[in-house]
Amino acid sequence: MNYNVNEKGYYGEFGGAFIPEMLYPNVEELRQNYLKVMEEPEFKKEFNQLLKDYVGRPSPLYFAKRLSDKYNTKIYLKREDLNHTGAHKINNTIGQILMAKRLGKTRIIAETGAGQHGVATATVCALMGLECIVYMGEIDIARQAPNVARMKMLGATVVPAKSGSRTLKDATNEAIRDWINNPVNTHYIIGSAIGPHPYPDMVTRFQSVISEEIKLQLIEHEDRENPDYVVACIGGGSNAAGTYYHFLHEENVNIIAVEAAGLGVDSGESAATSVLGKEGIIHGCKTMLMQTEDGQITEPYSISAGLDYPGVGPMHAHLCKTGRAEFMAITDNDAMNAGLELCKLEGIIPAIESSHALAIFEHKTFKPDDVIVLSLSGRGDKDLQNYIDYFKI
Amino acid sequence: MNRINQKLQEDKKLLSIYFTAGYPNINDTVSIIQDLEKSGVDMIEIGLPFSDPLADGPTIQASSTQALKNGMTTKILFDQLKDIRKTVNIPLIIMGYFNPILQYGVEAFCKQCQEIGIDGLIIPDLPVDVYHEDYKAIFEKYGLINVFLITPQTSEERIRYIDSISNGFIYMVSSASTTGAKEGFQDEQTTYFERIGNMNLKNPQIVGFGISNHQTFTQATQYAKGAIIGSAFVKHVSNEGVNTIDKFIQGILN
Ligand SMILES: Cc1ncc(COP(=O)(O)O)c(C=O)c1O
Repeated sequence: MNYNVNEKGYYGEFGGAFIPEMLYPNVEELRQNYLKVMEEPEFKKEFNQLLKDYVGRPSPLYFAKRLSDKYNTKIYLKREDLNHTGAHKINNTIGQILMAKRLGKTRIIAETGAGQHGVATATVCALMGLECIVYMGEIDIARQAPNVARMKMLGATVVPAKSGSRTLKDATNEAIRDWINNPVNTHYIIGSAIGPHPYPDMVTRFQSVISEEIKLQLIEHEDRENPDYVVACIGGGSNAAGTYYHFLHEENVNIIAVEAAGLGVDSGESAATSVLGKEGIIHGCKTMLMQTEDGQITEPYSISAGLDYPGVGPMHAHLCKTGRAEFMAITDNDAMNAGLELCKLEGIIPAIESSHALAIFEHKTFKPDDVIVLSLSGRGDKDLQNYIDYFKI
Repeated sequence: MNRINQKLQEDKKLLSIYFTAGYPNINDTVSIIQDLEKSGVDMIEIGLPFSDPLADGPTIQASSTQALKNGMTTKILFDQLKDIRKTVNIPLIIMGYFNPILQYGVEAFCKQCQEIGIDGLIIPDLPVDVYHEDYKAIFEKYGLINVFLITPQTSEERIRYIDSISNGFIYMVSSASTTGAKEGFQDEQTTYFERIGNMNLKNPQIVGFGISNHQTFTQATQYAKGAIIGSAFVKHVSNEGVNTIDKFIQGILN
């Protein structure tokens, strides 16, 4: 079984590029160039240099001893939270900004939900001196004020998405519409492993540095390259794709994908796409998505803005359908408690997205000698207000 | 012969109107179609509303959102249209995004279209190659013409490819943009219209996006077989209701 994208842009039956003709020249330009550009020694050198000096990579692989003791297994945290700007998102934006420059683009657009990808995009635009426009749902702008301020300080223009439900899905629509209206000078930096081919594959490759490092780091810790499990939370699926990438075809590595169950999978307030979704088309790709019987895309819910997306990337739809990955759904409540537990046990305040991944230990029992690597995709600074409100701190 | 092909043979410039089904009220569909035909419109695009219309500007987005709030669904639309051929003769095209059609079942959707007397489909996010490989045979089985878009950025090679797969008309998007009326055409656009006109394509072209009044209609049809008005019509209906459709159409034609 092949879990990577095929030459037509599909993961099994998922993926492709279901885009209006207006977007075709842009997406096609990217498709024809992305692998070639990524293979260039100069590109690789610049990318790796920036990841090292600017992002602070490699991010540590940390053996979480007290957490491991509590759950009687061996848990390693891949510390993407220690990256510049506080999450894995920057791995992708560094890659894409270099790609945009190679393609001669002078104007950058992005969508953002919680603002993490928006901040990571505004950051690399400042670094490269490129114009940056970030689309963000009107509702998200109101609930993520600190990240809006960060983007503005970094020189980005934040444009409220006022259509539809005024959250991440609509911000993505607005970014796509902007790209339709600016077909020549603009590059769209998508923030997750979603969108039309080649985006899911390109984003996955930029994020794959996560699993590349895990392999090397695990040798130092455990004298082996492969863990028994890799675990990551899934919004669109970029930190997960990067965490799984080099293990996809290692049969002895189990893959766990953690979705947001919101108030509960059956509550009507959830973002557990693998359970509630059906095959369809969202933002230019065929994948699993939450929708009505009539094919209208529905609004998900999660306490975590980064997981509050009605679809998953096509690679993950394929991993789910083939059974290669085990999908788990974690409620708001379990995630918040797991987040607080990590604070107390390890002195690390995780992003609420990452807390969803941490919560699996309450629901699944591992063997004492299992080696588990969990992507700690981001830090909790952006979520302080959420934690404060939730725990009445 | 398909009504679209028949219409394209007429010795006149064609006016096609887009409206969003279920807007302003859920039950306006049939009367809007009838009034448009009576006013002298040549062809109609019935918009099947979608929650996430990527290629549309604010006007059509808002009408789609409202239509869905009004309760419009694919099944309801088909139900409303079931007797449409008893009163309406001009070509009818359904314009919708691919996901609702996929959920209905592409073949079931096409079959239903044929039973009602729909002549063609415009599905902006169904790419040409996917259509060609997976769906062309189904569309043809049910006598449906699929209409593709081209833009000023579409390469000559791709236009030729699209022309070879089309069997009705080519939807010539006037500028790189989402839908929404703009002020007149610039030289850049007329040069593009001329360039396409000079390619001697087998399918006639109909211009869409940015046509809003008599002047832009006349300008566009200097270079093309016809023109499509969408946002400007939806705006008219939204501002003035559905009782002055004739006034709007006469304003375009005269
Ligand atoms: C810290 C963190 N983790 C995870 C995600 C989810 O995105 P993805 O599934 O693309 O990794 C986000 C998105 O904003 C995030 O900020």
